[in-house]
Amino acid sequence: MSNVIQQVKGKVVALEGDYAIAEALRQINPDVMAAYPITPQTEIVQKFSEFYAEGVVDTEFVPVESEHAALSTCVGASAAGARAMTATCGAGLALMWEILWCASGLRLPIVMAVVNRSLSAPLNILTDQTDEMATRDAGWVQLYAESHQEAYDNIIQAVRIAEHPDVMLPTMCGMAGFVLGHALGQLELLPDEAVRKFVHIYHPHYSLLDTDCPVTFGAFDHWDYFFPHKRQQWEGLNNALRVIPEIGEEFGRLTGRYYGLVEPYMLDDAEVAIVIIGSAAGATRVAIDEMRAEGIKVGMLKVRCYRPFPADAIAEALQGRKAVAVLDRTSCMGGEGSPLFTEICSALYNRNIAMKIISYTYGLGGYDTIPEEFCQVYRNLLQIAQGGKIEPIHRFLSLPERGES
Amino acid sequence: MKIKGWKEIMPGGLVTEPGSSVTYETGTWRSSRPTIDKERCTHCLLCWVFCPDGSIVVRDSKVVGIDLKHCKGCGICANECPRHAITMVDEIKARVEEGLS
Repeated sequence: MSNVIQQVKGKVVALEGDYAIAEALRQINPDVMAAYPITPQTEIVQKFSEFYAEGVVDTEFVPVESEHAALSTCVGASAAGARAMTATCGAGLALMWEILWCASGLRLPIVMAVVNRSLSAPLNILTDQTDEMATRDAGWVQLYAESHQEAYDNIIQAVRIAEHPDVMLPTMCGMAGFVLGHALGQLELLPDEAVRKFVHIYHPHYSLLDTDCPVTFGAFDHWDYFFPHKRQQWEGLNNALRVIPEIGEEFGRLTGRYYGLVEPYMLDDAEVAIVIIGSAAGATRVAIDEMRAEGIKVGMLKVRCYRPFPADAIAEALQGRKAVAVLDRTSCMGGEGSPLFTEICSALYNRNIAMKIISYTYGLGGYDTIPEEFCQVYRNLLQIAQGGKIEPIHRFLSLPERGES
Repeated sequence: MKIKGWKEIMPGGLVTEPGSSVTYETGTWRSSRPTIDKERCTHCLLCWVFCPDGSIVVRDSKVVGIDLKHCKGCGICANECPRHAITMVDEIKARVEEGLS
């Protein structure tokens, strides 16, 4: 059978998260890479430019004058039929804003690494997810990594997700700046050949350089067809809810590491749960292990895919919990709680699942969050589950009003 | 012009056929339309020169009509005509008179 995938053994290494991404990019060997350096993403571009200079990739590497130009270059290259990739973070992603919509609207399967960084001001280069979560409505698939391994694995899978004929949408892969990006972590790198076979050669259905079938990209859409094209795009993004676990399953058969839309941890019998995205899921695991050792039934649901929003998977996983805290690392100001929280509330309400649910904003601009603070969230949840006061619905994790001397 | 459903159109607004701007009708939102008084027209073709949409139909160097599938009703032709041979008329009234309404 041709669809039997032999599991391969990779090489276990210690790498900074940015270098892990650069290794994945080297192995994918995209046709075009256009990027502008910005802390804490710089090392991806720096390392990849070394690969380019050493001739270990066939990529056309385009150093550009801004992130707006970086993504514009990827849009042009992708429309021309190339597999195009880039990387950015924070203010760089903000500068790409206009072109994010062009990439998704033109259905171009660009893959972008986002090394999550706060948005100034006050000036800050450390990690939170405000940059990427602010691009929620741009029509991109959004994956987030908890660990170095996931950051590396996500980039490889993102190529297949983006280029899937039922999706054909750009995909961004988030990874915490510094915490993962600049910190050493252990991960298994796949053999080059295994990655190249997994991502295989990209054959676009239509491209500007196909002179046998000339096409126009980016023509004007009047009132009559703009909305229908957005409807199609919506369908493509929703198809990713099916495609992401399919690719994750295939990747699992290759590597032993299986991926879905969400990942539960000790959730089956948990009375209360934290829902979280990204690297802080690691500290949450530590908190869970500590409390489980005391016999307290707590659990976690990690959301790997934020767009498209996996409402069914989240509602199914949370059903039966007595109280849930949704932790958002983004400053969605003035909302009824943070974005993941409000969307989960909507998912539960629409499925007639009633539970006590609160929202936490945590870790903005690299604000440190340690396992004990997650333990405190669990203790608060247990009180709420037992009839304690739920207000305030929206809270700020470990942010004292006044300092202690 | 039949408007296609969202499952019938090319993803991303891709255009795969050449010359589709001829078949795609862009004059549907016009609020007034030019009418030519053939008695006054001298076929100087200034309207053809000034029309931003190529909607003045010329055959054998003679103005023979307006391409109403693409004319936006901007009125530049009427403004430029040295013989005042072009008049802008209300689109709704024109359609009612044509029995199209």
